[in-house]
Amino acid sequence: MDKITSLGRRLFLQKIMQGVGYSALGIVAWSAFLSKSQAKSLTLRPPGAILENEFISTCMRCGMCVQACPFDVLQLATISDSAPIGTPYFIPRTNACRLCLDIPCASACPTDALDLKRLTLNDTLSINNAKMGLATINTQSCLAYLGLQCTMCIRACPLADIAIVQHSERNPRTGMHAFLKPVINPDFCTGCGLCEQACPTEITSIKVLPLYISQKNIGSHYIIGWKKEDEVRLKNTPTDVTMEKTKRNERSAIDNVNDIEGILK
Amino acid sequence: MSNFLFKNRFFLSRRAVQLLVLSVYFLANAYGLGIVSGNLSSSVVFGTIPLSDPFTALQMFFAGAVISADILAGVLVVLFFYGVIGGRFFCSWVCPVNIVTESAASIRRWLDFGEKESPLSLSRNIRYWIIAISLGLSFIFSLAAFEMISPIGIAHRGIIFGFGFGWFFIIAIFVFDLFSQKYGWCGHICPLGGFNALIGKYSLIKVVHDKDKCILSMECFKVCPEVEVLNMVGKKSHIVTGAECIKCARCIEACDSGAFQVSIVGIAKQLRG
Repeated sequence: MDKITSLGRRLFLQKIMQGVGYSALGIVAWSAFLSKSQAKSLTLRPPGAILENEFISTCMRCGMCVQACPFDVLQLATISDSAPIGTPYFIPRTNACRLCLDIPCASACPTDALDLKRLTLNDTLSINNAKMGLATINTQSCLAYLGLQCTMCIRACPLADIAIVQHSERNPRTGMHAFLKPVINPDFCTGCGLCEQACPTEITSIKVLPLYISQKNIGSHYIIGWKKEDEVRLKNTPTDVTMEKTKRNERSAIDNVNDIEGILK
Repeated sequence: MSNFLFKNRFFLSRRAVQLLVLSVYFLANAYGLGIVSGNLSSSVVFGTIPLSDPFTALQMFFAGAVISADILAGVLVVLFFYGVIGGRFFCSWVCPVNIVTESAASIRRWLDFGEKESPLSLSRNIRYWIIAISLGLSFIFSLAAFEMISPIGIAHRGIIFGFGFGWFFIIAIFVFDLFSQKYGWCGHICPLGGFNALIGKYSLIKVVHDKDKCILSMECFKVCPEVEVLNMVGKKSHIVTGAECIKCARCIEACDSGAFQVSIVGIAKQLRG
């Protein structure tokens, strides 16, 4: 093969590879930042937000929900926040969602990132259908679980006695007092975070977590035997499970146990 | 004084428009002024007219997001305006980063290291490659890739909603433009500017050069942020057809002999050349 003698071609190829080098560096740094932004953080989104990974791609970062919020609850993430830049979020410990009846934030959204359909249940639009997160209680630090009468979270809850219910139990330590324990009902908790804002312990004992971290579902691999609709799922499961024969399982477990000789051998 | 005003008539009106747009958005968020809501990515003017950035919407499309009817309407409105008055009008009359980079360029001129060859000499076509890379990364990572790092977004959201560490990004661009590359960001890298240039290629408002009036003082080359579009200066009377022209009208201000003019040019005439 001929030696490359054309200087023009050589320079041209060199220029192209130079560009490839620069862009490789740039793309790697850019991709690293993008994949970091995709990592789910403990971000709580405004009511009606679609699933987090779709939310990041659909949200236009226009901030209309932030402007619409009458209590300045929502903020747009800056580059220093853990949430992807420009997306709206709120921190319930400092400023919790007030569950406005007219839902100004989700109504203002020009994309479907905040989707009113997700706030509609049985053809009625209600902010009480919001699922921004799920409150979870740290029973080690909750004052009520220690035996004090606190009830701050229950009083703060817009759906008191529905989303947080008070369970009274005998306190065996004193023998004459009751535990007035708050218990969350995940069917109704909206994740507004007013409980978290009200909690008097130094670090909150009731914390709203995003639904991908904390939710009611136990996963499809469990069957709850006392529930009829769960039992139905067992109907079509195959019963003739056969295992490949190996040296260890060629005899049944019972045969193995009964055959003392075999074990001693 | 009046001479100063006249010499800088476009510059001063551009700054006025930029600050007006930013303050209207700022007041909307801070005090609930109802003229606009949103920001430069997507907004609603007077509660009715939707505006959405076409480049952001395209990235969202590549990211697999559902583009809602509101956004689509906003994109069409913006495409119409960019198509008529020129996409890069945004760059010189609205974009907040323009204030930063133009200040850097003025200081460069003032310190007189403007024309010296920079060791790093970037191609002005990088922006078009970055458009392609943005769309590719948007597709791979399912999010609007350029919006995640856009200094334009950081700047306008910062002014309207608060900066965080976003300041550093803006300062970095200033320093890059000042010391490393003349018009480095706006004239070489920014894919939004590149995208708007593509949209506004055949816009009706153009700068027109008159060779007969030109005295070859080269003042226009000193001030133009996109010097390639001035390739006809002194050679023939022609429309400035380069898509990259940001319509900042600095050439009109700089030219003492009046060899530049703004005029409305039909598409047919532009195609004829």
